[in-house]
Amino acid sequence: MVSFRRILAILLRHLYLLKHSVSRWIDLLYWPTIDLLLWGFVSLYIQQREGSGIVYHFLGALILWNILIRAQQGLAVGFLEDVWARNLLHIFASPLTLLDYVLGLLLYSILKAAVASLLMGFLGVLIFDFNFFTQGLVLFNLTFALLLFAWSVGLITIALVLYFGQEAEIFAWALALLFLPFSAVFYPVSVLPPLFQEIAKFVPTSYVFEGMRMVFQGKDVPLLFLFKAYLLILVYLILSVFIFSYSFKLSKVQGKLTKVGE
Amino acid sequence: MLPVVQVFRLFKSYGKKFVLNDVSFSLFKGDILGIIGPNGAGKTTLLYILLGIIEPTSGEVKYFGKPLKKERSKILKRVGFASNYVSLPYSLTVEENLKVFAQLYEVKDYRRRIDEVLQTFKLADKKKALCRALSTGEMMRLNLARAFLHEPDVLLLDEPTAGLDPEYMREVAEFFKKQAEERGLSIILTSHQLSELEKIANKLLLIKEGRILAFGGLEELFKLYGVDNLEELYFKAFSNSSLGDSDG
Repeated sequence: MVSFRRILAILLRHLYLLKHSVSRWIDLLYWPTIDLLLWGFVSLYIQQREGSGIVYHFLGALILWNILIRAQQGLAVGFLEDVWARNLLHIFASPLTLLDYVLGLLLYSILKAAVASLLMGFLGVLIFDFNFFTQGLVLFNLTFALLLFAWSVGLITIALVLYFGQEAEIFAWALALLFLPFSAVFYPVSVLPPLFQEIAKFVPTSYVFEGMRMVFQGKDVPLLFLFKAYLLILVYLILSVFIFSYSFKLSKVQGKLTKVGE
Repeated sequence: MLPVVQVFRLFKSYGKKFVLNDVSFSLFKGDILGIIGPNGAGKTTLLYILLGIIEPTSGEVKYFGKPLKKERSKILKRVGFASNYVSLPYSLTVEENLKVFAQLYEVKDYRRRIDEVLQTFKLADKKKALCRALSTGEMMRLNLARAFLHEPDVLLLDEPTAGLDPEYMREVAEFFKKQAEERGLSIILTSHQLSELEKIANKLLLIKEGRILAFGGLEELFKLYGVDNLEELYFKAFSNSSLGDSDG
């Protein structure tokens, strides 16, 4: 059975870590700020030359992509924190269930995504006169879809670390980026070569970012579009939960859980 | 009387290599069981199976008459674990670490309990210190304090006195013994500190290459091997053993 106190324990463990760690605060605040400023000014420059509304598209895409990355890393790096601290055995020798643990990490990942997006949203208003948060309910819907997708990537990352050991920790940063070219974050799917367009059809984030562009153009996002995105995300989530559970079970059979940090 | 811990015909193999081979024993309330054996004997693997961190190839572990596999969460709420080989997050303070584990074990009135264990393990003045500032011995004491936080009925300890200076080692050993006598705490511990182990354990499990060489009361085993201290018993029992791999 799920225990609120045990979930809270996992969240608390990461909040305490954040409290004492300047480098983790830098990771959380510095990179989103630099990203926003860099891409904001680049798109402002292009807009001045081309006269299109590209700034909003870029900034919106950037904020949404950051939400995905922060949420995915909240889960994957959250797990790695316990590997690095050689604390994993204490965690799993406790009454904590796997579900408690994942829910605790999900809460932490929401918190990280919220902090980064609020900061970027605030800077968007302040510097570029762009208010991300007044784009309506559809954008909230798209953000939720991104969170779900981020968690599926995060679970697969943890599964890879459990299976291959700490060597696989690079996936915590690299795996989400694998989807970047096909997600059509900063450009429409139509600019991709035909083969990439075919691949993009199976990448849920491509629907999310196409939908975002429609929102910024003042168009309605077709329901079929959202349906396809959520259906694909559901498939990814089911697969990732299966891979994660299997990998965790296997790590106990093969004794890898006791050696993952070595 | 129902045993607190029952281990039935435990086997663990990785491929063709058996790490544990037909291990069975029972432990009763207030028992302190010392597990001894050379490196690679399977001591740590056995402890990890008892914690549900490693899945046995076959066999069963029961606590309080209930199977660990089916009632893991309920059972582990009554089991404590500390190891010299497992750390705690260095970036958290002593108090923060204990607060996290108090929530994990759903400890009631945890602030009072944290102060109590810090007093017991002489860490009260380190409450606000970051763990990275602790010495090896202090870290081990914190680990023990964490393991006692939820007042467990069974305690599993892997080399619990390693890194402690002799004074603390004796105090900690006396504390374990007192807990077993007064509160009925059952303890399973591995240790290479044979003289300390001899002072607190009332039962011994001798293990070599995954097989039990002997299991019984301390005096009973001394008689069986014709020795009068644990060090002699160790050398007599394991004199032909070769050095194994890194698994303790």
